[in-house]
Amino acid sequence: MKPAVIVFPASNCDRDVAVALEKTTGKAPAMVWHADSDLPDTDFIVLPGGFSYGDYLRSGAMAARSPIMRAVVERAKAGTPVLGICNGFQILTEAGLLPGALLRNAGLNFVCRMTTLRVENSQSMFTSGFYEGQYVDFPVAHHDGNYFADDETLDRLEGEGRVAFRYVDNPNGSARDIAGVLNESGNVLGLMPHPERVISPLLGGVDGLSFFKGVIDSAA
Amino acid sequence: MKARIHITLKPGVLDPQGKAIEGALKGLGFDDAANVRQGKVIEMTLSETDENAARARVEEMCKKLLANPVMENYAIELSV
Repeated sequence: MKPAVIVFPASNCDRDVAVALEKTTGKAPAMVWHADSDLPDTDFIVLPGGFSYGDYLRSGAMAARSPIMRAVVERAKAGTPVLGICNGFQILTEAGLLPGALLRNAGLNFVCRMTTLRVENSQSMFTSGFYEGQYVDFPVAHHDGNYFADDETLDRLEGEGRVAFRYVDNPNGSARDIAGVLNESGNVLGLMPHPERVISPLLGGVDGLSFFKGVIDSAA
Repeated sequence: MKARIHITLKPGVLDPQGKAIEGALKGLGFDDAANVRQGKVIEMTLSETDENAARARVEEMCKKLLANPVMENYAIELSV
């Protein structure tokens, strides 16, 4: 597997993701600068967390229009797996690869803590390392994580099994406790919590390692 | 021409910042302030001099970048 991590100005989880990918694949991923217009030979693209462009205008709005995103959108539509974590999730909604938007947290506070998620769909390539109904612990760290979409869209997402993860104790007001959403063909996942931060007992957990192993195994 | 774009959250979209502002206003004794909503204003100048063409141009900017139709509405004000 040849993962690539897209680096935007003010991405701050790019190195954590690179460490997680190196730990699971055995080699360092390609790091791709946002101003590039071409992707390297890759079969798994990750948009990391952070505060790209200082969250100017709307979280993820500027990053979604950066040169590399045209190539990412093209590859996503052609079926390449794309994972957006936290700010990466915001960028995916702004780029139109996932429905909905991430609003300011309902409680107004920046929320930074461990959350327990329920795996809602274990059939996707991103969740095949888990069983349906399994509880996993990933931390959140965000100000704009309040998932919003109209009822019709939410019904469709649920009906099509596109809610991948739900919060057990909703930290941000997200509609229907949604923490992670899949696109229609299942090759794009937006996830607000950070699996890359729980890849070693030293970091407080290993559920993130199972997550990345599952993705790598199902794509192999 | 000059353009001023007002971007507001759609009705029904939760606006915790508006709620916090309303709470602070009430704390200052402005008990009559209700339904406070926060939006943003973007101003710019355009080389276009025809009003219809300028409006079409700004509409396009709103759709492509300035507003997110999932959660926001926009209104365009033009002046010379």
